[in-house]
Amino acid sequence: MGIRERLSGNEASAIAMKQINPDVVAAFPITPSTEIPQYFSSFVSNGKVDTEFVAVESEHSAMSACIGAEAAGSRAMTATSSNGLAYMWEMVHIASSSRLPIVMPLVNRAISGPLNIHNDHSDAMGIRDAGWIMLFSENNQEAYDNLIMAHRIAEHKDVMLPLTVCQDGFITSHSIENIELIEDEKVKEFVGQYHPEHYLLNSKEPIAVGPMDLQAYLFEHKYAEHQAMKNAKKVILEVAKEFEKMTGRSYGLFEEYKLDDCDVAIVCMNSTAGTTKVVVDELREKGIKAGLLKLRVFRPFPQEEIAKALSKVKAVAVLDKAESLSSCGGPLFTEVTSAMYVNNLNVPTAGYIYGIGGRDTTTKDISSVYEDLLEVVKTGKINNPYRYLGVKGVKNNGI
Amino acid sequence: MDNMIEIRWHGRGGQGAKTASLLLADAAFNTGKYIQGFPEYGPERMGAPITAYNRISTSPIRIHSNIYEPDFVVVVDDSLLESVNVTSGLKQTGAIIINTTKDANLLKPLLKDYKGKVYAIDARKVSEEALGKYFPNTPMLAAIVKVSKIMTEEEFLNDMKGSFKHKFAKKPEVIEGNMKALELAMQAIIEIQ
Repeated sequence: MGIRERLSGNEASAIAMKQINPDVVAAFPITPSTEIPQYFSSFVSNGKVDTEFVAVESEHSAMSACIGAEAAGSRAMTATSSNGLAYMWEMVHIASSSRLPIVMPLVNRAISGPLNIHNDHSDAMGIRDAGWIMLFSENNQEAYDNLIMAHRIAEHKDVMLPLTVCQDGFITSHSIENIELIEDEKVKEFVGQYHPEHYLLNSKEPIAVGPMDLQAYLFEHKYAEHQAMKNAKKVILEVAKEFEKMTGRSYGLFEEYKLDDCDVAIVCMNSTAGTTKVVVDELREKGIKAGLLKLRVFRPFPQEEIAKALSKVKAVAVLDKAESLSSCGGPLFTEVTSAMYVNNLNVPTAGYIYGIGGRDTTTKDISSVYEDLLEVVKTGKINNPYRYLGVKGVKNNGI
Repeated sequence: MDNMIEIRWHGRGGQGAKTASLLLADAAFNTGKYIQGFPEYGPERMGAPITAYNRISTSPIRIHSNIYEPDFVVVVDDSLLESVNVTSGLKQTGAIIINTTKDANLLKPLLKDYKGKVYAIDARKVSEEALGKYFPNTPMLAAIVKVSKIMTEEEFLNDMKGSFKHKFAKKPEVIEGNMKALELAMQAIIEIQ
């Protein structure tokens, strides 16, 4: 049995980092992730970890320091949010293309502007094409568990890609909730030591990291990254299986909540999934077959598995906490519908942009989406798939 | 959901409403409950109205939204009654606890004719007597425990002794005063409706 505790999502992430005890942490504070490096720096000061803590002057430097540390052969972590991630964007790509398995908690917050400190997923979606493995977490427990599994996935020799663990800013990062922690020794054994195959400080094998890479080979290197991302799917599942043996907590590419026999399903990520589960239970009591697909692994995107899981559903709603301003739906919606098309699945599907800038998402909001879906099932028609949930001045969810 | 209690705190920045909600979560956690304690963050400044929330349940809590239909409301500063709709969504079967010296006739219109139970406590008097200073959150914490019956008074006081020892490790001289504030508050609370 683990240790019964109550922690905020940020505290839980900092404690995971303490148990991982990485060689280097380089970070710059930004709301709402500030507490993570703040707590962690106290662990450093109190001798709880032997990490080299680098108090950098910007997020660009935080990621650069992590890149340097990982290239040298050590295990490096950082944490950020929102514009902090935007500021490190250039280096985020360098990290993945240099195949450096940096691990970064990302406490999701709206990208400015105008200035907003609250939750949505516009920061995470800004790096969806950056070659990072992206895990999403419903609550403090999942943020913690995902971090404990992170290095095993990222550092796997068939993967070697950086990884970010997302959770919702304030909603879970600042909410104190029950959590079950794993004993320090067990985490230490599970995470293990990092022995990179190639690293700068290996005097027996001189290498270059990040040299010029033009027409001759950049394409091949991108293809290798693609292969690594594909491999990650299998590794994520293998690591999850081992994690389940240790903790009893089971993780997949996504969680299916009453999905197998449902008529109407919602696809979403992070804390909204918990609220949706409450609504699913309420609807089930009324005899309505509602279900949920909570995506955990956004990168690599499990297109085949998602299409299969949704194959018997009569209508689907995909909730996006990011407005990609394409004028035709958010990123999760377009990827889910693309997965359906490629897998010859034709289920009526609508996208809902919601929760932007911290707009609270209530059980009533979620219920209204299921009501919309029941209407789709009844009429067999989706008049407008590009919908908006909870925006002022837009009636009827923008249908 | 019947076994879940939802509480909304109204206070002003600097009065410790957020801390009180976290201490309540702590105390309920220590009696084996599932808990949530979270503030609604806005522009943080002294004196600005703030809201904090608690959910306390015997089963795991999955919902992640603010609380719109609370069982209990705690008002840490009665000047908020004129600017914030503190009884919004408050269940008629629940109760509101107000730090105030106003009498029932004055309070009634401010509470928009709320029909449920109304409790008043002079947290200033309690705090100044016990601590020599005005920290309204400690008395209000005791008041919500007494009214909501989330745990027995004895369980609560025992648990808080431990929490204060931890929280005030660097200034142990204030532990006794805070414990006294809790005990006095339990006595000082009056049901006015």
